[in-house]
Amino acid sequence: MNLTATLVIFRYEMKRFFRTILQSLVSPIISTSLYFVVFGAAIGARMEEIEGTSYGAFIVPGLIMLTVLTQSISNASFGIYFPKFIGTIYEILSAPVSSLEIVIGYVGAAAVKALMIGLIILATSFLFVPLSIAHPVWMLAFLVMTCICFAMFGFIIGILAKNFEQLQLVPLLVVTPLVFLGGSFYSISMLPPVWQTISLFNPVVYLVSGFRWSFFGVADVPIGLSLLAIAAFTALAFGTIWWIFKTGYRIRD
Amino acid sequence: MAAPIVSISNLVKAYAGGFTALDGIDLSIQRGEILALLGPNGAGKTTLISTICGIATPSSGAIRVGGYDVVEDFRDARRMIGLVPQELTLEPFEKVRDTVRFSRGLFGKPRDDAYLDQVLKDLSLWDKRDNKIVTLSGGMKRRVLIAKALSHEPDVLFLDEPTAGVDVELRRDMWRVVEALKAKGTTIILTTHYIEEAEAIADRIAVINKGQIMLVEETAALMDRMGRKEAVIDLAAPLSAIPEALHNYDLSLAGDGCQLIYGYDTSAERTGIRRLLNDLEAAGITMRDLSTRQSSLEEVFVKLVHAEDAA
Repeated sequence: MNLTATLVIFRYEMKRFFRTILQSLVSPIISTSLYFVVFGAAIGARMEEIEGTSYGAFIVPGLIMLTVLTQSISNASFGIYFPKFIGTIYEILSAPVSSLEIVIGYVGAAAVKALMIGLIILATSFLFVPLSIAHPVWMLAFLVMTCICFAMFGFIIGILAKNFEQLQLVPLLVVTPLVFLGGSFYSISMLPPVWQTISLFNPVVYLVSGFRWSFFGVADVPIGLSLLAIAAFTALAFGTIWWIFKTGYRIRD
Repeated sequence: MAAPIVSISNLVKAYAGGFTALDGIDLSIQRGEILALLGPNGAGKTTLISTICGIATPSSGAIRVGGYDVVEDFRDARRMIGLVPQELTLEPFEKVRDTVRFSRGLFGKPRDDAYLDQVLKDLSLWDKRDNKIVTLSGGMKRRVLIAKALSHEPDVLFLDEPTAGVDVELRRDMWRVVEALKAKGTTIILTTHYIEEAEAIADRIAVINKGQIMLVEETAALMDRMGRKEAVIDLAAPLSAIPEALHNYDLSLAGDGCQLIYGYDTSAERTGIRRLLNDLEAAGITMRDLSTRQSSLEEVFVKLVHAEDAA
């Protein structure tokens, strides 16, 4: 295995992250802080507790998930799309590197970046709301699994995208609505029965619910289902990437 | 004869749309030689290089580099190859030294700053080592691409149009770099549009057209075999037409009738020049000067490609 190459790709991607530190780190922190101010302080103060948790604290897992999902996808998709766009992908393709090593390098870096942002947002949230984490190990496990899974989806988008517009399309038109409608800012039990049923078709519900369970010990769907959902998404993403490299689709002539 | 370092047999690269870019290529490249791959636009030069280097997947056939199959033993095969692409494809915000280190790491080689520093010095990039690539000129970027390709100490170096868009001085500079690499034992395969470049530095020339190799021959032998020599006869007075008495010769008028161009075959037993000069004198035509010139590889190349197109 060419671990040196994987490490080189990983470091290169992390370097790009730190080179654009303002855009990479400060921007999600500021936007999340604004969510806390608006939803937590301004609106949350007028809302009842949800399942024994203040509204400000209740939205923390959803907020972290919102940022982590979008960051995982955008970091990974840009990471692989940019060398395709400027042509430097030739170097990766002609190097003695296997598909798995390439994926670990790019997806690993994107996942670590998203994880760092997620943890920083978590730290920031302690400044705004009183918060305790019921299952810290599970919380970290959910966070890591989500980062890896969605970084893989981002990697796929980056390979399939033909231009920058397409690169933004899925995160904007699919992921963000799914996260907003996936119980990030509410419990789906607060919805009318019909919408509760419809919500169960939203895959993000399972991620947010599982993640929230690790904080407060309460969930919209059973924790086993949440774990199964993450495993299924990861398997789907991995299978798609495997197929892309096997066929060379949109990556190798 | 030693085993070739690159061996290609019956290589086919066909695309889903039906276009066949490489149509049964057979080619052997010896260790330490410089092979120039010539061909018109769209002939398959870049596709051939891309397929050897792993950027494109062959449809059928086999490619071995250093005895390793480029598909089955891709790691061993690719470790031996360095590639300088045609386009100036570089990450603009990286520093020269960092991007070269990145390339070395990609090929699984441990960090070796002493070696990389020497590569940068050899390519006159030492002063620019901490510059961001975006600040470099086109010629310097080309050198960075070569440095990246050399960073992992390859045995075989592919140069796809290395001097495209480079000024004459830099082009000759690049030739010196290529000569130095050859002296170190690196096998070099270059594609070029500048036929004088192939003529000047290549040991052998391969001509590719419509995805097929038309010939592979030593440069000097090719020039001898296909090269045509011409005698240029400057006349004291211009002619309006070639006199009837000289119609048996391969003559043409040039320079507003002030020059007679006589084409002859260098491999023929007799050139016929002496007889022509006698016949000129007999026809009352006075000669002022005589010079000879060899047709260039460019003319040889055009002749070959046109013959193929006509067939």
